[in-house]
Amino acid sequence: MKTLFDKVWDSHVVRKIENGPDVLFIDRHMVHEVTSPVAFLGLKSRNIGVKHPEKTFATADHNTPTINQHLPVKDPLSAKQLKALEENSNAYGISYWGLGHEKNGIVHVVGPEYGITQPGATIVCGDSHTSTHGAFGAIAFGIGTSEVEMVLATQCIMQPKPKSMRINVVGNLSKGVTPKDVALYIISQLTTSGATGYFVEYAGDVFKNMSMEGRMTVCNLSIEMGARGGMIAPDEKTLDYVKGREFTPTGAAWDKAKAYWDTLYTEENATFDKELTFKGEDIEPMITYGTNPGMGMGIGRDIPTAESLEGGVATYKKSLQYMAFNEGDSMIGKPIDFVFLGSCTNGRIEDFRAFTEIIKGKQKAPNVTAWLVPGSHKVEAAIKEEGLLDILTAAGFELREPGCSACLAMNDDKVPTGKYAVSTSNRNFEGRQGPGSRTLLASPLVAAAAAVTGKVTDPRELL
Amino acid sequence: MAYDKFNTLKSSIVPLPIENVDTDQIIPARFLKATERKGFGDNLFRDWRYNPDNTPKEDFVLNQDKYAGKILVGGKNFGSGSSREHAAWSVYDYGFRCVVSSFFADIFRNNCLNVGVLPVQVSPEFLEKIYTETEKDPKAQVEVSLPEQTITIVGTGEKESFDINVYKKDNMLNGFDDIDYLLNIKEEITAFAENTPL
Ligand code: SF4
Repeated sequence: MKTLFDKVWDSHVVRKIENGPDVLFIDRHMVHEVTSPVAFLGLKSRNIGVKHPEKTFATADHNTPTINQHLPVKDPLSAKQLKALEENSNAYGISYWGLGHEKNGIVHVVGPEYGITQPGATIVCGDSHTSTHGAFGAIAFGIGTSEVEMVLATQCIMQPKPKSMRINVVGNLSKGVTPKDVALYIISQLTTSGATGYFVEYAGDVFKNMSMEGRMTVCNLSIEMGARGGMIAPDEKTLDYVKGREFTPTGAAWDKAKAYWDTLYTEENATFDKELTFKGEDIEPMITYGTNPGMGMGIGRDIPTAESLEGGVATYKKSLQYMAFNEGDSMIGKPIDFVFLGSCTNGRIEDFRAFTEIIKGKQKAPNVTAWLVPGSHKVEAAIKEEGLLDILTAAGFELREPGCSACLAMNDDKVPTGKYAVSTSNRNFEGRQGPGSRTLLASPLVAAAAAVTGKVTDPRELL
Repeated sequence: MAYDKFNTLKSSIVPLPIENVDTDQIIPARFLKATERKGFGDNLFRDWRYNPDNTPKEDFVLNQDKYAGKILVGGKNFGSGSSREHAAWSVYDYGFRCVVSSFFADIFRNNCLNVGVLPVQVSPEFLEKIYTETEKDPKAQVEVSLPEQTITIVGTGEKESFDINVYKKDNMLNGFDDIDYLLNIKEEITAFAENTPL
């Protein structure tokens, strides 16, 4: 009895090495500017080419400005890195969606948008949130630069097969609870290392009823509990999403692909190395209070005391000290300085819809700087077409241009030292959003509630 | 990229008894703009190591003369977060050849193996023993033997074995990397590619 994961993995194993990793064939390789230059240098020094440029896709996102993208990039190092990606893509015949290109955007947002992401595919990228693509029933995971070089050179990677875990969330979600909350809840239960060594399948009604965008948000965050990746079995919703996109097969090729996709589910008696079940009703809008994504809780709760938790008391205290929070504090009412809506976690159209739902008819709080950054030009266009931009503008918000932006703050979108940001991204590590920055991870609804009240606020009060 | 072969390593250690050390701490994102693999060691643990005005933070372990060595010993869940191989490069470039912890994040562990840094996973008890020994004597030696797959606290003779798969072990002993292996089976891969459904 095979699991969904087994089926996809096993069908991509070129060779098994005894007491070693599997040689895994990769269907799609996404490349961006930050983790690829050294890999391309490696190819050059070995004097070899890219084996499958047609399976390789490059986009610039990590290190790009989110204003004035039509102007030359000011920072010389960033400009050089972007140039390197462009030159390498051209030299090896890789499609390149650079700054200003209509298809440009965050790698994990544009992949699905253009049908590069497909069920049953193996997808890698030099970015840990590649797990996003698992929403389509793909095996997708982040790799290091040496591995980027391997895939460029041979279209394969060497990986031991991970263990399997199934996480069921049964029942229904309450009002104001979003896919982001589901993910932050699971991570808070498992901790940031709870799924290390595993590949996760998400199952149960909550995921069945979730939109593709929501599934992407959940799979995206798999890495934050240590998992190699997460996936959800493809269903009608998945195929509807995929159909008709630029890189989606058509005609006979569609039929062939669909025949494969229809086999992609976990068989009834298949077993997992670990299986967990949570109830949808137990999940509240979440917020993090510490310096890793596992330090999250229902927004109305108080910050736990070190003694009430298992494990490293000293590390926990250090974390709260960095955040300038105290054990037992309530998060509600804490003043905030920045709001970031965006990233491959929550930078899709659905996230902008959710944000607008709350801020509609209200005004941005004067003490808040808000960065609203669509995940791609396609998302940006939808925001305009659906009239969301008008609502945002009326409420005193501005829209920026697509990119990773404050998710990792490689560009100018940095939260200053000591300032608090409610962020829809995926990591609240020390300094992640700029040296000394303090990040509270939350859903687009919680971010919107903070943006109009200037403090941490339960979004259910504003819905 | 080829790296130095690893066989045995005897060295004092640098203790970093913090849990969940993520790759953003090992090398912050703003140092990822390079297009070459050079100079990352200077920015290893940048924000823990230096004040905003670039003066060293006296209390951080890399700034304390009494601690030095080629083995970094970190707390549980070391290397979580981003897939940036730059983190492993920084560790290597600074001069570490081995990282010891009671638990490693997956991608970081892989990245280490790919760049010639040996990740050694020990029990939480053994980790504590190393810290205790180093507290007593900052120059206390630890010996890591890859052929034997053991780690020994030289002063007390306490020893533990660690796991590494045979293939990776072979690579590290010989300074080979995966690409060499894959390039050697290129035809097999080509034949496989012709029969993939997507
Ligand atoms: S938005 Fe953040 S997590 Fe996503 S690809 Fe960009 S940097 Fe990585």
